[in-house]
Amino acid sequence: MATVNILHTSGLTKTYAGIKANTDVDFELAQGKITALIGPNGAGKSTFVGMVSGRIEATRGQVFFEGKDISKLPAHKRIQLGIAYTFQITSVFPGLTLHENVALAARRAFRGDEAAVDAKVRTVLTRVGLGERANQIAGDQSYGHQRLLEIAMGFAQDPKVFILDEPTQGLAESEVQDFIQLMKSLAGEVTILLIEHNMTVVMETADHITVLDQGMVLANGTPSEIHENAAVQAAYLGTTDAED
Amino acid sequence: MTASRKSMGLHLGVLVVLAALFFILPPYHTGNMARIMVLAIYAMGYNFLFGYTGLLSLGHALFFAAGMYGFGMTVTQLGLPVPVAFAFGILAAAVVSLVIGLLALRTSGVAFMIVTLMFAQAGYLTILYFGEYTRGDEGFVIKQAQRTVAGIDLTSEAGRYGAAFILFAICFLLLARLVQSPFGRTLIAIRENEERTRMLGYDATRLKLQAIVVSGAVSGMGGATYALLFGYVGATFATVQYSIFPLLWVLLGGAGTTVGPLIGVLFMFYLIDISSSYTDAYMLIAGVVLVLLTMFAPQGLAGELRKRVMPWLP
Ligand SMILES: Nc1ncnc2c1ncn2[C@@H]1O[C@H](COP(=O)(O)OP(=O)(O)OP(=O)(O)O)[C@@H](O)[C@H]1O
Ligand SMILES: [Mg+2]
Repeated sequence: MATVNILHTSGLTKTYAGIKANTDVDFELAQGKITALIGPNGAGKSTFVGMVSGRIEATRGQVFFEGKDISKLPAHKRIQLGIAYTFQITSVFPGLTLHENVALAARRAFRGDEAAVDAKVRTVLTRVGLGERANQIAGDQSYGHQRLLEIAMGFAQDPKVFILDEPTQGLAESEVQDFIQLMKSLAGEVTILLIEHNMTVVMETADHITVLDQGMVLANGTPSEIHENAAVQAAYLGTTDAED
Repeated sequence: MTASRKSMGLHLGVLVVLAALFFILPPYHTGNMARIMVLAIYAMGYNFLFGYTGLLSLGHALFFAAGMYGFGMTVTQLGLPVPVAFAFGILAAAVVSLVIGLLALRTSGVAFMIVTLMFAQAGYLTILYFGEYTRGDEGFVIKQAQRTVAGIDLTSEAGRYGAAFILFAICFLLLARLVQSPFGRTLIAIRENEERTRMLGYDATRLKLQAIVVSGAVSGMGGATYALLFGYVGATFATVQYSIFPLLWVLLGGAGTTVGPLIGVLFMFYLIDISSSYTDAYMLIAGVVLVLLTMFAPQGLAGELRKRVMPWLP
C-alpha cells in the first residue's frame, strides 16, 4: 500500500553562526500515522520542527505541506493551514485560566461562535484529564498539568499535523502512561510528529521512526528496524533509555 | 450572576454614579470631574495598548495632540462644523498612529519605548516648526461660538459636564466590550505570551497594529474632547510630560482593567489638588504616595481589587 505524505522537506538546512544544526534534511511524514523523531541531545530535532512550523527561519531548503511549498510562509500562516505545534519548553498563557488558554487555540476555527468554542474547550480539557481545572489559572498548575495543557491547546486546533516536542519530558510515570493512551486513541485521526527521548513512548506509539544525528538523517524505519539498527545504537551509545 | 453580567452591572453603576455626581457636587468639583472624565478617555486609549496588549509607548502625547490639533485647526481655520471637525480629529490620530505603528512595530520592548518617544518628540517639534499655523508654544483659543453643538453651549457648566460624560461613557462601554471580544482576548494573549499567540496561528504583528490604531484613535478623541470642552490648543499637550501622564494614571488605577484609567486619573488629580492646598511641596507628597502605591498595590488600585475580591473584573 502506498503511503501518502502529508508533509515533506527537501534539503532543509539551518546554520547558527557556523554551527550546523541541520544539514540537508530530507524528511517525509506519512498521513494519519505517528512518526517519531529521535536522536541524541543537540541532534537538531527542535531546530528541524522549528523550521517546519515556521518558528525558526531555515538557512535553505523547502517544506511542502499537502503538496504545496510553504517555505516562504510565516509561522502563523502555516499554523492556519493545519499544523499545530507544542513547545519543548512549556509555553502557555500563565495569567489566564486553562479554559481561556484552550479557547485561544480553538477560537480561530469557530469564527465568533463562542458557544461552539466553549463546547470544544470542555471536550478537549476532559480528554487530557484537565476538565475539573478549567477555571484555574494556568500559571498556578504543576509542571505536568501545564504540559498537558499544551497538548490540549494543540488538539483544540483540530490540526492536520500535530508536532509535539518532547511532550512527556518531566511527566510522572502515570502521566506518561496516560499520554501513551492518548496518542493511541488518536491513531488515524491526526498525523503526528513526535520528538521523544522516552523509548517506551516511542516504541509503543510510533508507526515510523526517523533518527537524526548531528543535524543529519541517520536512519528511517519501523520501530523494530530502528531497534536493530547498529548505526543508531552507536549514535545513542551511553545515552539510551536510561537518560530519562 | 455570570461574570459578564457583573461586569455590565459595574460599568453601568460607574456611569450612574458619574451622572449623579453632577447634581450632588458643588460647581468646583463638577468642573474637576469634567476634566477627569476627559483625561480618562485619554487614559483608556493608552490602557488599551499598554494594559491589554502589553506595549509600553512613551509617545502617546502625539496621538492626543493629533486629535487636539486635528479638531482645533479644522474648526478654527477651516470653519468646519464641530461634529465634522471632531471626527476629523479622531481620524487624524488614527492615521498618525497607523503610520507610527507600521514603523515602531519593527521593534519591541525598550526599543519600542524609545522609538515612540522619538516620534512624539518629532511631532512636538513639527508643531513648533509650523508655528504660523499651529501658533506654536503659545497655542490658540477656540472661541465660545465654535464650541456649541446643536444649540448646546459646551462652555456652560452643564453642557461641559454632559458632553464629557457622554463621550466618556461611549469610550468606556465600547472599550469594555472590545476587551471582552475575541479581538481583545487575543490582544491579552499577545501581552501574556506573544510567541505562543503566533504559534496558535494569529498574526500578532497585524493585531498589534490594530491595537495601536484603536489606542491612538481613542487617545486622539481625548485630545479633541479636551480642546472642545476647555477651548485651548497648545504645544504643551504634545510634550513628553503628556506621554508620561497616561502611563502613571494607568499604573496607579490598574493596567489592563476597564475602570483603572478613570480611577487613576481621579486619584492623581485629587491627590495633587488636595495636597497643594496644604503645602507648596505637594509634588513631594504626591511622589511619596505614588511610591507607596507601587510598593503595596503594584497592580494598581483596580488591579488589587481584581486580585482580591473581583476576579471577574474585565
Ligand atoms: N538559537 C540558537 N543559537 C545557536 N545555536 C543553537 C540555537 N538553537 C540551537 N542551537 C544549536 O543547534 C544544535 C541543535 O539544537 P536542537 O535544540 O535543535 O537539538 P535537539 O535535538 O532538539 O536537542 P534536545 O534533545 O536537547 O532538545 C545544538 O548544537 C544547539 O546548541
Ligand atoms: Mg529539542
